[in-house]
Amino acid sequence: MSVLEFTATELLAELTVGNVSATELTRVYLAQIEQNDEAIGAFLNVDAERALTQAKAIDQRRQAGEQLGLLAGLPVAVKDVLCTKGWTTTCGSRMLEQFVPPYDATVINKLKAADAVLIGKTNMDEFAMGGSTENSAFKKTHNPWGLDRTPGGSSGGAAACVAASMAPLSVGTDTGGSIRQPAAFCGVTGMKPTYGRVSRYGLVAFASSFDQAGPLAMAAEDVALLLEAIAGHDPVDSTSANVPTPSYTASVREPIKGLRLGVAREHFGDGLDGGVDSAVREAIKVFESQGAIVREVSLPHSKYAIATYYIIAPCEASSNLARYDGVHYGYRTDEKEMLAELAEERKTLEEAGDRAKLEAMDTSLVRMYRKTRSEAFGPEVKRRVMLGSYALSAGYYDAYYLKALKVRRLIREDYDAAFKDVDLIIGPTTATPAFKLGEMNEDPLSMYLQDLYTVSANLAGIAAISLPCGITGEGLPVGLQLQAAPFEEEKLLRAAHMFQQATDWHTKRPR
Amino acid sequence: MGLTRDEVAKVSLLARLRFSDEELDTLTTQMGQVVEYIRQLEEVDTESVQPMAHVADIHNVLVDDVPRPSLDREDALANAPKRDDECYRVPAVLGD
Repeated sequence: MSVLEFTATELLAELTVGNVSATELTRVYLAQIEQNDEAIGAFLNVDAERALTQAKAIDQRRQAGEQLGLLAGLPVAVKDVLCTKGWTTTCGSRMLEQFVPPYDATVINKLKAADAVLIGKTNMDEFAMGGSTENSAFKKTHNPWGLDRTPGGSSGGAAACVAASMAPLSVGTDTGGSIRQPAAFCGVTGMKPTYGRVSRYGLVAFASSFDQAGPLAMAAEDVALLLEAIAGHDPVDSTSANVPTPSYTASVREPIKGLRLGVAREHFGDGLDGGVDSAVREAIKVFESQGAIVREVSLPHSKYAIATYYIIAPCEASSNLARYDGVHYGYRTDEKEMLAELAEERKTLEEAGDRAKLEAMDTSLVRMYRKTRSEAFGPEVKRRVMLGSYALSAGYYDAYYLKALKVRRLIREDYDAAFKDVDLIIGPTTATPAFKLGEMNEDPLSMYLQDLYTVSANLAGIAAISLPCGITGEGLPVGLQLQAAPFEEEKLLRAAHMFQQATDWHTKRPR
Repeated sequence: MGLTRDEVAKVSLLARLRFSDEELDTLTTQMGQVVEYIRQLEEVDTESVQPMAHVADIHNVLVDDVPRPSLDREDALANAPKRDDECYRVPAVLGD
């Protein structure tokens, strides 16, 4: 049996008893990346030397009898949206192609403190906007289960690298489903923790009231391990929750007696793929055979989740992305060319005697901003910045943004009511398995509708996990979503582990 | 009332973006479809509902006023596309 079939938890045990060293393990994964990533495209940046230097240092400290951190020598892949000091962080954007952060994100600090080996930065939709990773400015990521399929997004690289055994652990981010949907599409386990559970410091902002980093791995036990390493209150993130971090690794193996599962009718509507539907219903039966009690719950406002999300998230994005001005960091347009273009325009307008247009002309500073941003942002980022700027502009603020904030509260209240009766809500993560690359290129709205079952958790700020629960007739994995009340990650992990004790979907690998 | 091309052009200035005529046409259609879709929120009764801008009920988080190391100026300027000694360089703003 190759070490590649081991879960991270099993690998950690092997590392601890000395059956394998961090250096050996890192070499195995680097070789795996070397061999497979040309076809998959999960990584934007792999720094073998950096990883091996870290691994060697960890091995030396282990040999010296030092106490090591929680991840002691395990390779971890990191989505390229988390700032890594001295190591390019692009967010999948031309805007940040050359950006070298001067500091580490708190998640990165915590990974380093836990003695993880940072093996590479993974591909993503530009600024985490998208559901297929096709919006990356640099390359496409292919789904290891079918190379003509998308791995999902925006954390497509993060999910694909685990599915293709190129990393045992991976950190992604989830703003509207960006961990759970790729986890479902790639047949891995991925969690969006409660908003505030994991620090956002150094996580390049997309929509600040939704963004949350979380783990992807082969099994719930591994997700527990990685979550324990990265969670916790952070004094430099004022939105991080000042609550204690439980030991997820200590509790994950305890089954939940009398688990109360809620099934929402709204999760089984039109458009749900037959293969997904039957796999999810089978999964519910597995829980029932373990003593779970299933009840119907109602989430009446969930049908408005996408409309609500696609107002609020673009509004926050348009504000957050205002920082890309070509001045402080990132791309800047060619100034000589820009000034020549302006002079040319002025001349033409003067000759035509068009006073109104002359007066409305961009100043050179404004034109520098506009040209910089238009050249370096991709089409989806521009669309969302435009949507947000429109929804926040004079005359529309109340009708769109304020209205959406009110519906957001109703969505949260639906959950609060449901969680009075049940421990977890169970349903599909996505309506369909992985779609084909290029399938939704021309139709942004149908791409947005992909997020139907995932965005509500972000709007409400609750915790949710996706785990594999079947394989369709086409040979593609199906994701099961469990949702829990805020800060109930332990329930999610324990229930997911229960399921993975009774089934072997999470052990299935592509090809 | 649909979204007009003129409105989209105006918003592009607010957003500090710039589009070709062809791009403006595509964007007007695509944004129009999304705006049409999000209008379904009009049917939700939100008469007595308080807006929820943020899920975490956290207000005015204060930290002790103790000096601590901050980002070094050289590090802060290291990523600047254009700099002049201790400053970021921008195109001329005055007299333009």
